[in-house]
Amino acid sequence: MKGLRHGRAPTHKGRPAARENVKLHAGLAKCPTGISGLDEITQGGLPRGRPTLICGGAGSGKTLLAMEFIIRGILDFGEPGVFMAFEETAEELTQNVASLGFDIAALVRRKKMAVDYVHVERSEIEETGEYNLEGLFVRLDSMIRQTGAQRVAIDSLEALFAGLPNEAILRAELRRLFRWLKDKGVTTVITAEQGRNSNLTRHGLEEYISDCVILLDHRITNQVATRRLRIVKYRGSAHGTNEYPTMIDETGLSVLPISSLGLNYPVVKDRVPTGVPRLDAMLGGKGYYRGSSVLVSGTAGSGKSSLAAAFADSVCRRGERCLYLSFEEAPSQIVRNMASIGMDLGRWERQGSLKFHSARSTLCGLEQHLVSLHKLVNRFEPTAVVLDPVTNLSAVGDLDDIKSMLTRVIDFLKGRLITAVFTSLTEGDAASERTDVGISSLMDTWLLLQMVESNNERNRVLYVLKSRGMAHSNQMREFVLSDRGIELVDVYTGPGRVYTGSARVSQVAADRAEALVQEQAAQRRRRELDRQRLTLEAQIASLRSQLDAAVAELKTGTAQDKARLQTLTHDRQALARLRRADRTTRGNGT
Amino acid sequence: MTMTTVAQQNKAHRPSVHDPEGWKLRLYIAGQTPRGATAFANLKRICEEHLAGRYEIEVIDLLKSPKLAAGDQILAVPTLVRKLPQPMKKIIGDLSNELRVLVGLDLVAR
Repeated sequence: MKGLRHGRAPTHKGRPAARENVKLHAGLAKCPTGISGLDEITQGGLPRGRPTLICGGAGSGKTLLAMEFIIRGILDFGEPGVFMAFEETAEELTQNVASLGFDIAALVRRKKMAVDYVHVERSEIEETGEYNLEGLFVRLDSMIRQTGAQRVAIDSLEALFAGLPNEAILRAELRRLFRWLKDKGVTTVITAEQGRNSNLTRHGLEEYISDCVILLDHRITNQVATRRLRIVKYRGSAHGTNEYPTMIDETGLSVLPISSLGLNYPVVKDRVPTGVPRLDAMLGGKGYYRGSSVLVSGTAGSGKSSLAAAFADSVCRRGERCLYLSFEEAPSQIVRNMASIGMDLGRWERQGSLKFHSARSTLCGLEQHLVSLHKLVNRFEPTAVVLDPVTNLSAVGDLDDIKSMLTRVIDFLKGRLITAVFTSLTEGDAASERTDVGISSLMDTWLLLQMVESNNERNRVLYVLKSRGMAHSNQMREFVLSDRGIELVDVYTGPGRVYTGSARVSQVAADRAEALVQEQAAQRRRRELDRQRLTLEAQIASLRSQLDAAVAELKTGTAQDKARLQTLTHDRQALARLRRADRTTRGNGT
Repeated sequence: MTMTTVAQQNKAHRPSVHDPEGWKLRLYIAGQTPRGATAFANLKRICEEHLAGRYEIEVIDLLKSPKLAAGDQILAVPTLVRKLPQPMKKIIGDLSNELRVLVGLDLVAR
């Protein structure tokens, strides 16, 4: 059990749950395989001291699993091992695993390992009477003694069925062999060819080995090979029951545990700028949450990659590392294209803060993509990952597969607080708010880029469809790509309409013209009023002068009248005096 | 060659080793079992009958020299190996079926 801690699976880190489970099942001793991921799903390894059956079709990796079990047992856990091969000679095996960095010859020299090639050729064998397979036992026993082996691999017993005529004897002997191995206390891995129908093995070996059965699967879907591993049974131990994606590469076999055993990844409030200041403003003023998953969806040419690249650029600008996985474009093409909008990604690549990984999605199955992502992330340790575009994966898997793969990607990245930007191509009409791979529900932030078609032109607009845990803008912005980079511009919203592009510009101009006209009209009206005022004032002035004149006239008139009256009175008196008229006659004279 | 048990019973036939027509047979057994004894008895009888004077039998007990098992690719016990004449032949079982043994040793046509 103590070997468990030595598991080299990198995913052990930050997954205390798996280790606790191992403790819970401490009743059954486990023998760690050292194979990345396998010890996690078996919660510690294979049943110690018991035989485990590995079945699978041709080329499914049975021999490799058996060989890694032995060699990693020696290298990682200090347990010598014995490999009995029925199909390949020791030389062939040595050559086959040399590419993985395993030196069988050296291990054999150090007496840590023994390899025996058992050759059974039916045409050379004549059967006469009773026999048993003591020779096999003797050979195994000799090797186990010689190395002090704790692990045994037998690859594969199927050859015996082809080589020995009497199946009844063979079956009885196999039963004895497994019993004998158990009594020896060695942990054994036995490989067997998968049966044609629903049988696990062609010769029903699963009848004899009931402690642990692991099925390796290698299937071809859409001309792309996918490897999977499943634990069919594991007596006395809890284990993962799913089919786990498996990959064989230069480091051997790796099994990917589906890490979404629980949704308990760390969460931080830390924010990461998006690379577009205006977008940061739309996302509560600060950008994405660190460790969140961001989906950028949009139709072809809507600027998804540019938005993703802007993010990558800003990550590198802050001195962090970013991994850019591209399924469509070669790194140099991305660098060139982004240079056209003022982003120098090549500089980050040269500095080593940006790493491109371009691979056609059809290069390998989804699982392999997933595994290579794991490996790249483990090796490069980025703080941000861009996957551009995830929809391209539909070439190698159906929607459920992609969704399950992306779930694993997201869980994996979230567990490491890596911010992930996924771009997704939406087909068909621009208004489509669904993503083709149905992954939007997995995402924390969803940015939608849309093409708006009007006045014979297509313009890009950006919305924030959702962004968990932040007050984000509900506004639409026009997404403008220029040689200065990405700009988000307020769209022009008129009554019942949204204007973008030249329509927006012309609308703004039209508005300006109209404002000018109105301004002029207002000026005109002001002038008119002024003039009216002036006129009225003039009229008032003239009336006043008339009044003054009248008043003046009135005054002079009165004086004249008075003067005339006086004159008249005077004249009359003078006349009277002349006439000498009687004073009394005055008044009633005629 | 380190032999554990060279069958002592057939010393009389030793000159046959250098005989170009000589037969060199090796019988692998595992411990002193009745089946091993039966096999040896059967072999002896057949050889005396068909190869009198030109055979040598070497008996190897795998429990005593287990490392020899790999050399002749022994799985089943008992196994009779015809080392000479070439090509090598293998016959497994207690050799109780004489006809099959003769066929296996190419002493009669198939």
